Order: sequence, then structure tokens, then C-alpha cells
Amino acid sequence: MELVSQIYNDLPVNLLIFVLSTFLGIELIRHVSRLLHTPLMSLTNAISSVSFIAALIVMAETTNTNLLTLATIGVALAFTNIVSGFMLTERILRMFRGRPNKEERKAQQ
Amino acid sequence: MNDLIVLYLYAAAALFFALGLKLMSEVKTARYGNWSAIVGMVISILATLTAFEIHRVDLLVLAVIVGTIVGTPIALKVPMTAVPQRTAMSHAFGSLAVALVGAAEYYHDAPNVDPFTMAVLSGEMILGFLTFTGSSVAFLKLQALIPGRPFVYPGRVVVSLVNLGLAIAFAVYLVLNPSHSFALPALAALSLLFGFLLVMAIGGADMPTVIAILNSFAGMSAAGLGFVLDNKILIVAGSLDGSSGLVLAIIMSRAMNRSFINILFGAVGGAKEVDAKEVEAHRTVQGYSVDDAATVLSNARKVVFAPGYGMATSQSQHVLKELADVLQARGIDVKYAIHPVAGRMPGHMNVLLAEANVPYDQLYEMERINPLFPETDVAVVVGANDVTNPAARTKPGSPLYGMPILDVDKAKTVIFIKRSLGAGFSGVENELFYNENTMMVFGDAKQVLTELIAALKTK
Repeated sequence: MELVSQIYNDLPVNLLIFVLSTFLGIELIRHVSRLLHTPLMSLTNAISSVSFIAALIVMAETTNTNLLTLATIGVALAFTNIVSGFMLTERILRMFRGRPNKEERKAQQ
Repeated sequence: MNDLIVLYLYAAAALFFALGLKLMSEVKTARYGNWSAIVGMVISILATLTAFEIHRVDLLVLAVIVGTIVGTPIALKVPMTAVPQRTAMSHAFGSLAVALVGAAEYYHDAPNVDPFTMAVLSGEMILGFLTFTGSSVAFLKLQALIPGRPFVYPGRVVVSLVNLGLAIAFAVYLVLNPSHSFALPALAALSLLFGFLLVMAIGGADMPTVIAILNSFAGMSAAGLGFVLDNKILIVAGSLDGSSGLVLAIIMSRAMNRSFINILFGAVGGAKEVDAKEVEAHRTVQGYSVDDAATVLSNARKVVFAPGYGMATSQSQHVLKELADVLQARGIDVKYAIHPVAGRMPGHMNVLLAEANVPYDQLYEMERINPLFPETDVAVVVGANDVTNPAARTKPGSPLYGMPILDVDKAKTVIFIKRSLGAGFSGVENELFYNENTMMVFGDAKQVLTELIAALKTK
């Protein structure tokens, strides 16, 4: 029953974190340029794949084969998102360029 | 003591995540934002590994290798036109991971699960499983592996709501009887079915909003798992992702002047192509040759391109950029007008044009470009339709009425490049075709643009 009391103790703190992070998220995202909404989605997707560590925690706390299997699948899926999310964001952002400056224009001609 | 260090590390990670999103707000700093988030991720993972002892390192390494092998080619090879599909797929992966880990946590704890944890766990699993099938269907539709049009049948909304109601009923049952684990597979199956039916009934053109909503669900389910595991960084990251999806969904639905409910259950997009001949019978459309269009363009000083998803499907963004180069070489000012829902996900059109080397300072959002149309000599519409239809401003009876549009009709001349006189996804005829200042140039976008470039060189 220790588990139960632990969660009730931390619940107010966790709720506070949840509410503040949600408001912070809304404020931050509202100010993201519309130019960048696609790489933004790819980035937030990678960030939320921190669920990777949830799968790690379950892997650590169990020896049951079935549960280990579920957690391992979770690790693989989340890590796929981490890898592809950050790499794709970088790849998209490299495509955004400003107007070529004078020297570059000369080089083109 | 060790736990406390982990919490400090999580706090640092949260800071890097938030800073990452902050830096993401501008093109100039966006890449630092990505790196900041990577640092946050590395800290989170290392902190967790110090706090928990993994017994089966072999399984962990195997899963990480699989993730790298699957994830790397996706990130490096996916064409920019297919980024919406890959985003849908990543929402499917992420939400399935969260749902499965939630299920594992339940079986590990049961029957010692307190009602609050069980409630959060159930909600998290419902969201996770429905986002998994919903995103999978979105992926199949965007990849055109199944038809993009809405799958509708009588009583659709009732069936969906009963389905969701049953899933919630099983969730309540589990909260009251956490030891009756048979209810979990039932809850999972019903949630999977709900997600499937929900997105099957949504048309391809509504995908920008749907992807954003599913993004929000995936984030919220991750935050829920954070509550269950009492993991602070998971709550932070999940709610950042959840609120991001929510903000994007609101922006998208406003840009279409529709509510979430209407998008999720309205099944818009059963567009039947209007028979071109039938239309021509009662109204006249002025069809022009490429040469006519080239003459008008060569005499212009200010030109605005209004690209739509049709540009992406015909892969003509590179030719469009070439045309822009030709015009700019003649001293003509060129801008691109970007409607918020152009493309198949938020911001998609910008990425497609950036890939074609269009400098981002030539990309103008709808609010910035609309006041400039009256002083524009020529507006060129390529692969867009509904987002330029003036009926949205003038015809209160039209399904498009109230939707913010690109005011291309206010330009002195509109060159509309289109394959046929078909209606847009809304099934509504475009008023613009019949305007006196509209020049319809029929043909495949890529071919017409290529011919335009050739014709301009002779003028």
C-alpha cells in the first residue's frame, strides 16, 4: 500500500507541473512562426517520446516475460520516434534559407 | 538522495525542452531549439538510467538498435511531400508505446491500483489506443493506400458515440474493480475501434486539423502515463506536446472556420467532381493560352503565387521556383501567399517551398498578404481552389461562407492554372472561374508552368 500513499502525496505537485507545463506550452507554441509548424510538430513529437523512459521504468520493475515484452516494444517504438523526430527536424530546418546575400548571388552568376 | 539528484536532472531537462520550443519560434534560432531539446532528451534518459536498474540490458539494447534502424531511414529518406504521413506514423508509434507501457504497468500493479491511478491509466490507454488506430488510418489515407474520401454509413455518429461510451464504461468498471483485469482487453479493443472509425469518416483535406488533434491526444496520453509512474519529466514533455497539438488544431480549425466537432463528425469532403460541360452550359469561362498568360506576366510589376496541395501532388514546386527566378530576373517582385491549411499538415506548404529553395522571406502568411492583393498585378493560383473562393466572403448560403481565404480576386488579374473545372474538396464551385479578371489556363500544373517559362523567354 506504500505505492498508493506515495501517489497521493505527489499528486498536488504533479497536477501543478501539469497545469503550468500546459500553459507554458500554449504560450510558447502560439508564438512559433507559422513557417515552422511542420518542423515544430516533428520536434514536439520527439520531445513527447520521452515516454521512452516510462518503458525503461517498467523494464526495471518487472521480471515477468509478458510485461518485459510490452515494455521492450514500447522502448523500440519510442526510440524510433526520438531518432526520426530529431533528425527530421534538423533536415527540414536546414532547408529554410533567407534571401541569398550579395556574395552568394555573385557566386551563382 | 539519489532520487533527489534525478529530480534536479529532470528539472534541467524540462528547462532544455521549454527553451527548445522557445528557440523554435524563429527560423534563425530554430536549429538551436532542436539541439536544446536533444540535450533535454539525453539528460532525461541518463538520469532515468542512474535511478533504475535494468535487469535485461540485452532487451534494451535490442530495442534501441531496432529503433535506430527503423527511425534513421525514415528521417533521412522521407520526401517533404510525405512528411504528413510520417508525422501520422510517429503519432501512431508514440501513442502505441504509451498505451502498451500503460497496460504493462497495470498488469504489474494489479490489483493494488488506487482509483485515481486507475482512472488516469484508463484514460491514458483509451487515448493511446484510439490515437494509434486513428493515426494509422490517417497514415494510410495520406499515403493513398486507402481512399482519402470519408467512409460514411447511416448512424455513423451514433455508432461512434456508443463505441466510445462502452470504452468509458469499461474504464469506470476498472476504477471500481481494479482486480478484474478482463476489462482491460475490452477497453483496448473498443478504443482501437473508435479511433479507426473516427478517422475513416474524415476526408483527406481535413487532415491538417486531424493530425494536430491526434498530436494533442498522443501528448496527453504521455502526460497521463507520467502521473501513473509519478515521473515529472514525462508530465512536462507530455503536456508540452499535448498543448502544442491543441494550439495547432485551433489554428487549423479557425482557418477553415469550422469547429472540432464539425471536423471530427462532419464528414466533409465527399466531393463529387462537377461535370465541366454542365457548368460551361450556363456560364462562360474564359480559357486562355499559355502565351496569353506569359504576356500578362511579362507586363506585371508585382506577382503573387498562391500554391495549394495540387502543386505538391503534381510535384511542380521546383518549376514554380524557376518561374519566380525568371520573373525576378526581369525585375518583377514575386511573393508566395500561404493559406494556413494549404497542404496536408500545419505548415506543410512552407516546407515544400523551402525544399524548392524559395527564400523564406518571400513566403507570406494569409494575414500579411491579403492587404497586398489590391496592389498586385497578377495573382497566379497553382493547385489551390477552395482557399481562393470569394464565395467564402460573399455567399452566406455557401458551405465555405466565413472561411478566411486568400483574396486573390482583388489582384488586377488572376491566372488560374487548373486541370479541369472541377470543384474543390468542399464540392463547391469556385466563383473566381467566372470573374472577368480571371484567366483560366487549363492543363497539368507542371506542364503549364514549364511552358510559361519557355514563353516568357521569347518576350
